[in-house]
Amino acid sequence: MRITVGVDGTRYTDDVEPRMLLVHYLRERLGKTGTVVGCDTSNCGACTVHLDGHSVKSCSVLAVQADGSEVTTIEGLARDGRMHPVQQAFRDNHALQCGFCTPGMIMQAIDLLADDPDPDDNAVRHGLEGNLCRCTGYQNIVRAVRDAASKMAPGAGPAAEQVAEPTLDPASRSSDADISAPAPSHTGGGS
Amino acid sequence: MIPARFDYVAPTTVDEAVRALADAGEDGKVIAGGQSLLPVLRMRLAAPTKLVDIGRIPELRAIREDGDAIVIGAMATHYEVQRDPLVREHAALITAATDTVADPQVRHRGTFGGSIAHADPAGDLLAPALAMDAEMVVAGMDGRRTVPAAEYFVDFFTTAMTPAELLVEVRLPKYTGWRAHYEKFNRVAQSWSMVAVAAMVRTDGGTIAEARIGLTNMASVPVRARAVEDALVGQAATAENIKAAAANAANGTSPTSDGNADGEYRSHLARVLTGRALTAAIG
Ligand SMILES: Cc1cc2nc3c(=O)[nH]c(=O)nc-3n(C[C@H](O)[C@H](O)[C@H](O)COP(=O)(O)OP(=O)(O)OC[C@H]3O[C@@H](n4cnc5c(N)ncnc54)[C@H](O)[C@@H]3O)c2cc1C
Ligand code: FES
Ligand code: FES
Repeated sequence: MRITVGVDGTRYTDDVEPRMLLVHYLRERLGKTGTVVGCDTSNCGACTVHLDGHSVKSCSVLAVQADGSEVTTIEGLARDGRMHPVQQAFRDNHALQCGFCTPGMIMQAIDLLADDPDPDDNAVRHGLEGNLCRCTGYQNIVRAVRDAASKMAPGAGPAAEQVAEPTLDPASRSSDADISAPAPSHTGGGS
Repeated sequence: MIPARFDYVAPTTVDEAVRALADAGEDGKVIAGGQSLLPVLRMRLAAPTKLVDIGRIPELRAIREDGDAIVIGAMATHYEVQRDPLVREHAALITAATDTVADPQVRHRGTFGGSIAHADPAGDLLAPALAMDAEMVVAGMDGRRTVPAAEYFVDFFTTAMTPAELLVEVRLPKYTGWRAHYEKFNRVAQSWSMVAVAAMVRTDGGTIAEARIGLTNMASVPVRARAVEDALVGQAATAENIKAAAANAANGTSPTSDGNADGEYRSHLARVLTGRALTAAIG
């Protein structure tokens, strides 16, 4: 079956078997191996991408179901060589160890922040309940998401990524402008 | 794993979908959000040869008001239901239960109708639908028919629909002004209910005028806790009365035993969770 999908700002038209999962299409056809398969049972969230602006587990969507849609993967977040504020916050807060859960965590964190731009710890944990991490114990992930929230103005998130062209309006909110914002006072204490 | 081969069609009207299902016969299967079906296909626990994707039928997505009822289209996602103001106002029990389903990613794809049609006894929307006396509108080659919730759920993963029928929408009578709570017990955040209680009460002054309670995973189908409902009606909404009524929650049920919990433990949970659900609902 022939499908046309926008992925990270580029349109692709391909013939796929109906049984091909979106995650396999992304990885094996488009070479977007940044999106990983953790569990293959719909539980771990490592394969999370945005489909028309909402997070989904790409191992639980058929490629044919994405026909006509826009997909954003972890590889579509950076702009002009600069990381998305959530990526930067994961780095700054040591929110990863092996890094396998990280692409999914970041994609889900962005979705969460689109719905709730200023979540408390509990809301972050709740918003990430579909993402499993076997390394960090989640503490620094929660910290990173709250750090990112403080650096991103309200309203940023999947909606802000819905662009047909890879170039964003420089004034728009998810552009790199926020990354250079002054360091926030860390909430939640610790070191 | 990759599912076994299948043919795929994505009709844009209910009539086309029904025809495609009729053509496919026993080997056809509806795919809605795919959040229950795709895991099954990937594990090759099932291998239908034709999938009828109902995700491109606009009619099935709507949530609307129709006189005394709120009508939820089968393809409305959990995410859409959670945020719908009509559902929140007139069917608060559905909002409360949907909030507990799975995780955000699954709620973005999984649908209200898919959960009802899948009829997993641990599914969180069955007991609320039963407690509310929902009606399922089902389409087949001979037209549409309406099945009351009490007759719709037949057994584990089995409904009163034939494989050639499609669930179109669910009609919920309005329970405006009722207070509702869904109390769910599970082991990990995103998982299914071991037992859950869907409770809805209408109070008049300090008295319980009406109560409707549905139990999740206390049988192969959702069940009403009639003994609790009867014990509550006409009583003052006090902690002692709630506790006394909740003690009847497992009466007449025969919960299954599995790796998560045995039947006796499920009965205990039903009593405890009913007390909690009523306390939270009455507030
Ligand atoms: C990790 C995970 C956790 C979950 N946790 C929970 C939970 O806690 N509580 C809970 O209630 N659910 C849970 N679910 C299931 C989720 O709610 C699904 O959305 C739901 O069970 C099925 O909806 P769907 O739209 O994805 O249906 P699908 O998977 O597409 O279909 C499920 C079945 O229903 C049939 N079907 C679907 N729609 C129709 C229709 N309109 N007419 C006729 N037949 C139809 C299909 O043929 C199939 O047999 C979980 C799922 C996952 C992956
Ligand atoms: S690989 Fe998709 S949820 Fe784990
Ligand atoms: S960092 Fe290893 S799984 Fe999360």
